[in-house]
Amino acid sequence: MTDMLTPVLTAHWDEPDSFTLAGYERTGGYQGLRKALAMTPDDVIAAVKTSVLRGRGGAGFPTGVKWSFIPQGDNKPHYLTVNADESEPGTCKDVPLMMATPHTLIEGAIIACYAIRAGHAFIYIRGEVLHVVRRLQHAVAEAYEAGYLGKNILGSGFDLDIVVHAGAGAYICGEETALLTSLEGYRGLPRNRPPFPAVEGLYASPTVINNVESIASVPSIMAEGADWFAGLGTEKSKGYGIFSLSGHVTHPGQYEAPLGITLRELLELAGGVRAGHRLKFWTPGGSSTPILTDAHLDVPLDFESVAAAGSMLGTRALQIFDETVCVVRAALRWTEFYQHESCGKCTPCREGSYWMVRTIQRLENGEGTEEDLETMLDVGDNIIGRAFCALGDAVPVPIQGALKYFRDEIVQHQKEGGCPFDPAASTLWAGSSGGRGGSSPRSDGAGLK
Amino acid sequence: MPFSDQALARLRADAADIIGRYPRSRSALLPLLHLVQSEDGYVSEDGIKFCAETLGCTETEVVGVATFYTMYKHSPAGEYQVGVCTNTLCAIMGGDQIYAELAQHLGADPHAHDAASPGGRPPKTPPGHGGIVSADRKVGIERVECNAACDYAPVVMVNWEFFDNMTPEKAKKLVDDLRAGNKVTPTRGPDRLCTWKQSARILAGFGDGQATEGPSAGPASLVGLELAKEHGWSAPAPKASQPTNKDAK
Repeated sequence: MTDMLTPVLTAHWDEPDSFTLAGYERTGGYQGLRKALAMTPDDVIAAVKTSVLRGRGGAGFPTGVKWSFIPQGDNKPHYLTVNADESEPGTCKDVPLMMATPHTLIEGAIIACYAIRAGHAFIYIRGEVLHVVRRLQHAVAEAYEAGYLGKNILGSGFDLDIVVHAGAGAYICGEETALLTSLEGYRGLPRNRPPFPAVEGLYASPTVINNVESIASVPSIMAEGADWFAGLGTEKSKGYGIFSLSGHVTHPGQYEAPLGITLRELLELAGGVRAGHRLKFWTPGGSSTPILTDAHLDVPLDFESVAAAGSMLGTRALQIFDETVCVVRAALRWTEFYQHESCGKCTPCREGSYWMVRTIQRLENGEGTEEDLETMLDVGDNIIGRAFCALGDAVPVPIQGALKYFRDEIVQHQKEGGCPFDPAASTLWAGSSGGRGGSSPRSDGAGLK
Repeated sequence: MPFSDQALARLRADAADIIGRYPRSRSALLPLLHLVQSEDGYVSEDGIKFCAETLGCTETEVVGVATFYTMYKHSPAGEYQVGVCTNTLCAIMGGDQIYAELAQHLGADPHAHDAASPGGRPPKTPPGHGGIVSADRKVGIERVECNAACDYAPVVMVNWEFFDNMTPEKAKKLVDDLRAGNKVTPTRGPDRLCTWKQSARILAGFGDGQATEGPSAGPASLVGLELAKEHGWSAPAPKASQPTNKDAK
């Protein structure tokens, strides 16, 4: 039986030089690349298909299948762009990975480029993580010096350049087509599909866009075998993944486990919900995935099971909120985020997010009406599916979740003419000296005072 | 104030380096904007002009791009830009309180923008606004969105370096140290914080030689690994001599 936690990507993060080439090679680094270069590119794609690695950026599309969509023999340059724009609220796995072991990503990128016959790769990293940018720049320079990048890599005849490209602050650029537009030097607006990036991506050439963790998983598949990878996880969600616990949990942090682990198991590992409190709601994979409650503790965290529970696995960003938290406040802040980050291209998203923020604010202030609830659901229905990209689809997600599970709490706001929660009770320092926090208003029901 | 000849020569050399990284020169615009921000501390009119001339596009096109991305400032930023995460999780964990107390600490009204924001909170740094900047221009503060460090909430960024698990008290001391010129070390970053302009230069692709400083990972990044080691848990070993593409079709 497989162990509860299976560190692969995180296995060497505790070594002081894990981010250097020497540290990475000492722990088996670049062995996967050597195996890959001894295979044909098509065999590399086939192996990644066999592993059933599914995209770790949220959508879960099979990585090998994506690679196989790149037309071959088309006399066009091919590109790999690594989506390192990790910005989905709650998501915090790629940033520590690139800080601790940037060479895992670089090795994976070289293998991916070899497979899809790309000579140029771009790592589009959000600019707001300066030290991670430093680490990537340093690792790329080391890889060039060691002959892992540049001309005739390890004598294979394969040439590759990798560029670290720092973004400039725009959540939308994590959307793959907006990322391409941004990388071309424009405002980060999404594009309609088709044509898909595999056919017309960067500079209208065939392009693969993969998440950091997806690409970083490739060296292990090469080194340990596709069947090894596929032997982990659940029937349709293979392999391991990093689960990021944050919020009201005793030991927040990164837990790498086979897909299919449950929140109950993860919470047990993490020391439970913070002392004296209980789980109220959580996101399985970032703010764009519908919230779940303590009724979903035993849902296997794989793509199929979380979908069946009415949410999405997303990026395995498990944000834990206890009973001190006002669900309307949380939904409002997330919706404000989407409004702020809407690129403005599509009217339903741009205008819908604007009006939803105003309506939810009214609810939070206790000034809402029953009609507002219906209006909001209606506005939400008119955004979903009517925007170019998934940001629009995410706009109504937080308030829909609040209405689905905590309608009474929203009504309570109206009855009391304001928010019944004390925000000080939710803080990291609640209950500590200074008496700012204090205990939760109630230990059962919806947590209302 | 137009760039001096010396500055222009330096910028042109750097710009040529940046453009050389890309198959098409227009892709260089984002790093070029970081570059001009490293010169003036914000995207100045001269910076816009420089980008337009360098890439052969109009200044309007450059402004259009510069105003889309929140990291580009349109008035001089502080030498140290403090960004308090007030996205949902950090806000709830205390980010809202940290921002409010920091703003007051800097002598600014934390609700100065409330009237303009039916959301009940100051708007995010609007285009052309550097947030609240102290009178000595040492420290600027602004709200930032989720910075991918949720397991360290509440998080404060200074010049885009991590300051993890903050409290209002720690944040106020941090700002005091920055204003006093005391040495400040990020939680997961180099030994010493660089300036805002220096950070922009790194983002343009020019390292400062500090990549190997600081830890590989912070404590929260390691909790799962430590637990696994404690229990002797690991990923299973691969079956011996198994061909990688055995079942490949």
